[in-house]
Amino acid sequence: MESRKAKFIGETVLSGYAVVRQIPGAKMTSPIDPITADLWQVIAATDEVAIGVVETTLLLDQPIAITRDKDGLPVVWRRTSEARGDEIDPETIFDRLPVITGYGYIWTSFGNPPKELFPIPEYAEADRKNMSCGSIGLYVSAPRAVENFLDMGHFPYVHTDILGAEPHTEVKEYDVEVSEERDEVLATRCRFFQPRAALSATEGQEVEYVYRVPHPFCSVLYKSCPEDDSRRDVIAIFLQPMTEERCRAHLLQSMVDSTSTITDLRRFQQTIFGQDKPILENQYPKRLPLDPRSETPIRADKSAIAYRRWLSQKGITYGVIPMAS
Amino acid sequence: MPLSLSDSTWYPIASAEDLPLRHVYQGQLLGRELAVWRADDGNVNVWENRCLHRGVRLSIGINEGGELKCQYHGWRYANRSAGCTYIPAHPADAPSRRIENKTYPVREAYGLIWSAANSDLPFAPFPGAESGDWFALRPMPVNAEPADVLTALAGLAPDDQPADVLPGMGLRLGEVTYFVQPVDANRSVIRGLLAKRPENEAAALRAHNETLTRLRDRLERAAARKPAPAALQPTFDKVSVELSTMPDIVIPRGNTMPVVVKRKWQTADGVVGFELAARDGHLPTFQPGAHIDVHLPNGLIRQYSITNGPGELMSYVIGVKQESASKGGSKVLVDTVREGDVLAISEPRNNFPLRRDATRTVLIAGGIGITPLLSMARFLDKSALPYELHYFTRAGEQVAFRDELGALHGKVFIHTGVPRSEIATSIATTLGDWSRAQHVYVCGPSAMLETVRVTAAAQGWPDEAIHFEYFKNDKVIDDSTAFDIELARSAMTLHVPSGKTILEVMRDAGLTVPSSCEQGACGTCLTGVMEGEVDHQDVYLNDSEKQSNTCMMTCVSRAKSARLVLDI
Repeated sequence: MESRKAKFIGETVLSGYAVVRQIPGAKMTSPIDPITADLWQVIAATDEVAIGVVETTLLLDQPIAITRDKDGLPVVWRRTSEARGDEIDPETIFDRLPVITGYGYIWTSFGNPPKELFPIPEYAEADRKNMSCGSIGLYVSAPRAVENFLDMGHFPYVHTDILGAEPHTEVKEYDVEVSEERDEVLATRCRFFQPRAALSATEGQEVEYVYRVPHPFCSVLYKSCPEDDSRRDVIAIFLQPMTEERCRAHLLQSMVDSTSTITDLRRFQQTIFGQDKPILENQYPKRLPLDPRSETPIRADKSAIAYRRWLSQKGITYGVIPMAS
Repeated sequence: MPLSLSDSTWYPIASAEDLPLRHVYQGQLLGRELAVWRADDGNVNVWENRCLHRGVRLSIGINEGGELKCQYHGWRYANRSAGCTYIPAHPADAPSRRIENKTYPVREAYGLIWSAANSDLPFAPFPGAESGDWFALRPMPVNAEPADVLTALAGLAPDDQPADVLPGMGLRLGEVTYFVQPVDANRSVIRGLLAKRPENEAAALRAHNETLTRLRDRLERAAARKPAPAALQPTFDKVSVELSTMPDIVIPRGNTMPVVVKRKWQTADGVVGFELAARDGHLPTFQPGAHIDVHLPNGLIRQYSITNGPGELMSYVIGVKQESASKGGSKVLVDTVREGDVLAISEPRNNFPLRRDATRTVLIAGGIGITPLLSMARFLDKSALPYELHYFTRAGEQVAFRDELGALHGKVFIHTGVPRSEIATSIATTLGDWSRAQHVYVCGPSAMLETVRVTAAAQGWPDEAIHFEYFKNDKVIDDSTAFDIELARSAMTLHVPSGKTILEVMRDAGLTVPSSCEQGACGTCLTGVMEGEVDHQDVYLNDSEKQSNTCMMTCVSRAKSARLVLDI
């Protein structure tokens, strides 16, 4: 991945706020493991939070509130009595959670987050169309949603005539590695026959994918770009774990596409996720089981197996059913 | 009494009418979800509602008539056994491991579908069951404890005519027999039966429904006033270690099972059909193209392809060629085995897997070679996948399984009496030029196999698109090497000189080792390899099995390394 050597340009990093691990008396319905607590967690698309107006959501079982100050910088805090749509003066909020913005989204943390978000260097390329494609609620754990994002075998069945079509169902051999240096799962040489891989595609083609899992609840996909053989479209999914069995999927597209409108590109991605939603919500158990004997993997699931092992080794317990020790 | 996950009682879980053609019904019993579906042969399946692959509910799957197809990745599970027969992500591989979903006992009776959490108790009709022409009322779901629901139902009886209590949370109240289906600790379904079909069905259904609605409202108000009992917590069985570790290849070893010859008939001039039935229950899952070893009364073992369609597991049907020249094998079956006899067969094994990801599938059969292709055609037929079946015989009287072929919906061409010189031209026209996702499967005499291979190759068909199965090994065996074998369990080291097989050397040393064809085609002498590199010369193991270097055929294969350690 040559392009990953490009310099990472994040948007804004705010620091200097006290990091609060746990407010005494805060409701803790599920224990949050320390790894999860220290991660940056996505909570909202930056554009969708109005200046001086309260937006509310749930993160790791805890109600939080978001607004933006007069400079447009996000402010995030543990919600008390505020309601969605309330007007608020951000200057009056003192107990703030750490905040960072990146890839069009606002991220926060209940622990000691790293200085930066994981890199997606392509996002900074000037000629790309970058867009958030909406936030979709899913009654399933965040790791189940990540695993679905990594999976090609379901294309002909769930994304029929778009990302796949029967009878072209084969998942060819691909490579998976867990990079210790970057601490991420990387699947390369993933190939799949697609009738209409992207909005700009007009005929069926074998599409090549690269998948990264640079964060336990986020994944980035690089796929061959129908418009330019030398470049790759980037689609990322950032999962906001609301509870252990419920999440919001925030989508990012960073496309090389000179003809489609942003509305069309968004609609395409929303169609895809709308197709995944009913399948994901029929998965049981809703938390991702990490014991290898709980489900039946096949060769096509190499990336999912690597992802489950990686979560297990990291010690993530939120949204998963850990291996019985 | 609190509900128990291991309660063995049979309860009704659906009305028979809930299972129309090709539907999958979501049932519930004792905290568990069930996928309930009727196959085209009428058999009702009650399975754990969860695909073993990724845990997606099978009740949102597709009932293909003989197999259930998961919505998420298209895995197919066979009627009766719930065994996985096809994994579309790997279309060229037969699922060689025993992937089998959890099934629950089932009985269809008195207009209802009955099931139980386990098979500890046999199904027993409720008292008086045999005398009625039962008519099922509309089920009434109630959010209340099953025991409370039963008590409330009993309370509907007039004082002078108390309800008769029946086993299994049932009771009879005048003309209605009620059963409470314990869905969960705090959820129930009332299922009522009338002993005869009412004259005005709609009016009767409405009247009973109104009574039960009032009862439900009362029960749910009462339930809301008291603390709800904790829901049952069913667990999912773990898959075997063998299934959870990915790339291992497991080869079924020589387990045999008894079958009864249920039917023996002349299906064509020179071909005898045998229907081999399980002694009780059903036979194991098989995939199209699979064969079984039949252990013959004279000690020989012969391989025959299964002709069945998807989900047909009550018996296997094979076709046997009546060869006057055949010494001992088919001849014994044809001449001496009769209906009612018991034979031993192996579990099905598939060296001829059918891909179901083709845009065009061409099946070419010569003579008795129709048997595996008939099975393939039936699977493709059920899934409405396009195929052409070309069946070559010398004469019309030699066309076997005519009725079965007639029942297919695809393109079936029977070529009779085509002169040998014209067969190649006929095959060339049939095949046409190759394009992406086209596959040809051929089974028949070696001359025909060769013709198809050569013709297909000449017309641009790549090797991986031409599929065939060897019933004998025509390769020239190279027995020039010499090496040592260490027999791990017999604690013996032997030298195998050039010109002798491993099998012969072991027999010379006094070991009893099974074998049959002794040309690397039948699989009888399959042996585990613990160390060393095998020089495979058989046609039994497939490429991935050969590459696994964990097993070998000792009748023809040898060593590339100086030493082999065998699990004998």
